Amino acid sequence: MNALRPVITLLNQHTVTDIVTQAWEILENTGVQIEHGETFHVLADSGLPVIKNQRVGFPRHRCEPFLATVPATFFLFERDLETRIPIGGDAVHYDPGSAAVYWLDPGADDHRRATAADCMLLAQLTEKLDGYHIQSTGVVPSDVLEDFADCLRLIYPLVFCRKPVITGTFRKSSFKIMHRMLSVIAGSPELLRTHPLAVFDCCPSPPLKWSDLTGAALMDCARAGIPVEMVSMPLAGATAPVTLIGSVIQHTAESLSGAVIHQIAAPGAPIIWGGSPAAFDMRHGTTPMGAMETMMIDLAYSQVGKYLGFPTHAYMACSDAKLPDYQAGLESGIGAVLAALAGINIVSGPGFLNYENTHSPEKIIQDHDACALAYRLIQGMTVHADPDVPALLHRLADTGDFLSDPSTRKLHRRELSPAGKAVFRGSMDQWRNQGRPLSRDLAHAVLQALAEQDSPRLDPGRTQALVEILLQEADNLHIAKAIREILQATCIHV
Amino acid sequence: MKDLLQKAFNAVMDGDSELARDTAEAWLAAGGSPLDLVNQALTPGIREVGRLWEDGEYFLPELVSGAEAMKTAMIVLEPAMVQTDTGTSGSRVILIGTVCGDIHDIGKSLVATMLKANGFQVVDLGADVAPERFLRAFHDHHAALICMSALLTTTMTGIPELIRLFESSGVRSQVAFMAGGAPVTRKWASEAGVDYYGDSAVDAVRIATDHFRRRNG
Ligand code: B12
Repeated sequence: MNALRPVITLLNQHTVTDIVTQAWEILENTGVQIEHGETFHVLADSGLPVIKNQRVGFPRHRCEPFLATVPATFFLFERDLETRIPIGGDAVHYDPGSAAVYWLDPGADDHRRATAADCMLLAQLTEKLDGYHIQSTGVVPSDVLEDFADCLRLIYPLVFCRKPVITGTFRKSSFKIMHRMLSVIAGSPELLRTHPLAVFDCCPSPPLKWSDLTGAALMDCARAGIPVEMVSMPLAGATAPVTLIGSVIQHTAESLSGAVIHQIAAPGAPIIWGGSPAAFDMRHGTTPMGAMETMMIDLAYSQVGKYLGFPTHAYMACSDAKLPDYQAGLESGIGAVLAALAGINIVSGPGFLNYENTHSPEKIIQDHDACALAYRLIQGMTVHADPDVPALLHRLADTGDFLSDPSTRKLHRRELSPAGKAVFRGSMDQWRNQGRPLSRDLAHAVLQALAEQDSPRLDPGRTQALVEILLQEADNLHIAKAIREILQATCIHV
Repeated sequence: MKDLLQKAFNAVMDGDSELARDTAEAWLAAGGSPLDLVNQALTPGIREVGRLWEDGEYFLPELVSGAEAMKTAMIVLEPAMVQTDTGTSGSRVILIGTVCGDIHDIGKSLVATMLKANGFQVVDLGADVAPERFLRAFHDHHAALICMSALLTTTMTGIPELIRLFESSGVRSQVAFMAGGAPVTRKWASEAGVDYYGDSAVDAVRIATDHFRRRNG
């Protein structure tokens, strides 16, 4: 029996309901700008008032019935269509952050543009790390005509890793291609609908706007049954009120409007209350993910999402540091732990440095340890009937021989987790003898060991089908030759 | 009149757009020369804001609201400046925008603000700007420098595309290009045919200042 699962809640109940009330007030009076023509018409046809031009009002009494169909929990599937991962309740799953531009090679001291080879490596790495239940299209390759990067990056997780994938479109035209690729894995669009293999991020534009791209993505995903992760990004003081609560209210309004659009398009389709807010740094003009205020906004909006009955997501367990150093560990570790305590269902961020712009394979290893600590924490303390503690102490009070006691041997693996692989807990002498490693060196060694292990690949038939979809599209852009070469170079035989 | 000069200086320092507008109006009503207000109050004000920013005393909200106050006063003064034909600008016009398909505009707006705060005449075309719009605005405003921002791997191709459009229109040699944004690197920018790469808003000001200094001898 567990004594208690530790939990963090930032807001009292009164404040949560107040945030929701104010969000509806904003939605009714100010409304949300809907750039995507079809979405706009669907909303107007559903009886929502047009306030002016593209701005649609979302009165609470009209909208709440649409939200009644939001599923509180759904399942993501691995590519065997059997292993399923619950998204909802207080389940916590970490995945390496999504869509970085840069890559930090092991041992390197500067970042470079990411390539297709990095996409492959990231997928293989995520496959081998059990603490990551979900993967992501974590980097965007720069070695193809950039227009094509968002589609190309999807083939790597599908070929080199079994886990469900967090991804998204950068252009409207990409949806069809990505949907076709996912349908190949599932077997058909119908099976993809009942067995979602991917989640698509859709970001409203702060303040209070769904752009043409993201409006289309919301509708497309809803209709295809691909779960949507709404990633509202109030940047406190820059694209949202400077007050933390004000940013949460804006986040609530943007997310409620997105959920209404989504549920009108397909009632009951899976949708996640996510976000990537930041406390804007007023000196550097940057979006710090490691700021405590950023994490406070994350915790507060996820609390609101849970209150409203949504599965939740946040960009946490990541860092603004440029190298996997003390700052990186501090920010990512705190984020990983807080997210777990808040019971956030999908936590995207491990591996991220430089806001959300750089992936580091060493840090993916290090953060895997941070996630393990966080999992241990929320597992909480277990109350064991055996051994009976007074009886145990009565027996061992004289000898103090706990190490050899059968109860220790039986339970130590469950009670006391071993050190993570990028954590050094040995003695001073051991440390010296091992060449005085830093955590980063340990992570590097783990990477080398993992590289030796085989990683299971998608079967040749489906791999070929994915390649054909990409080549067809590449042909339209007259870059089929280049894509063919890149695929060959990354072990995908054409 | 001395009182009004002090007020205009303070308006910029305090980021008080209302006071800046009222003071500029009062100055013109009292028969003051617009250029004097610019040279003796507004420009020293915005320089002081810039100095406090460099010193770490001021943060972005002070910097941006100071630039905003300066801009508000300039809107009042500009018609009078054209009438008295002081010929202050013309060659210092900078166009700025985020490239086609990309709606990220926070970094671009910061760059625009910093350039304005440093006395450049900036025409901000917004985000998701089609190449043809850049070209049209270049002709309309006789711009000398064009700044492009791109935040997505998939949209940064808009940068060389715009340069090619200027080449095929035969006007490439009349204008310089500067680019920036998270995925853009110095190496990539130079391969894309860009004249200047800038990694921050402060960098953009340094580059623009050097560019115009060099160009104007
Ligand atoms: C805020 C944000 C958004 C907001 C933008 C709001 C707005 N009004 O701009 C919204 C929510 C709309 C958004 C949408 C999307 N976003 Co976004 N977004 C960000 C985020 C978190 C911060 C960007 C930012 O504003 N930074 C602060 C500013 C001040 O910094 P900056 O832009 O870098 O600018 C500075 C310098 O670069 C430089 N600079 C910039 N421009 C110029 C120009 C010149 C001439 C010069 C000299 C200098 C210069 O100076 C600036 C000031 O110092 C970044 C991640 C990150 N932390 O960087 C992702 C990020 C850029 N977004 C990303 C993505 C994927 C998207 C979406 C496609 C997501 C989706 N599927 O819906 C959509 C894009 C839609 C589209 N077609 O454009 C990815 C890009 C990945 C890639 N490889 O291309 C990033 C990196 C996040 C991630 N890892 O996933 N996003």
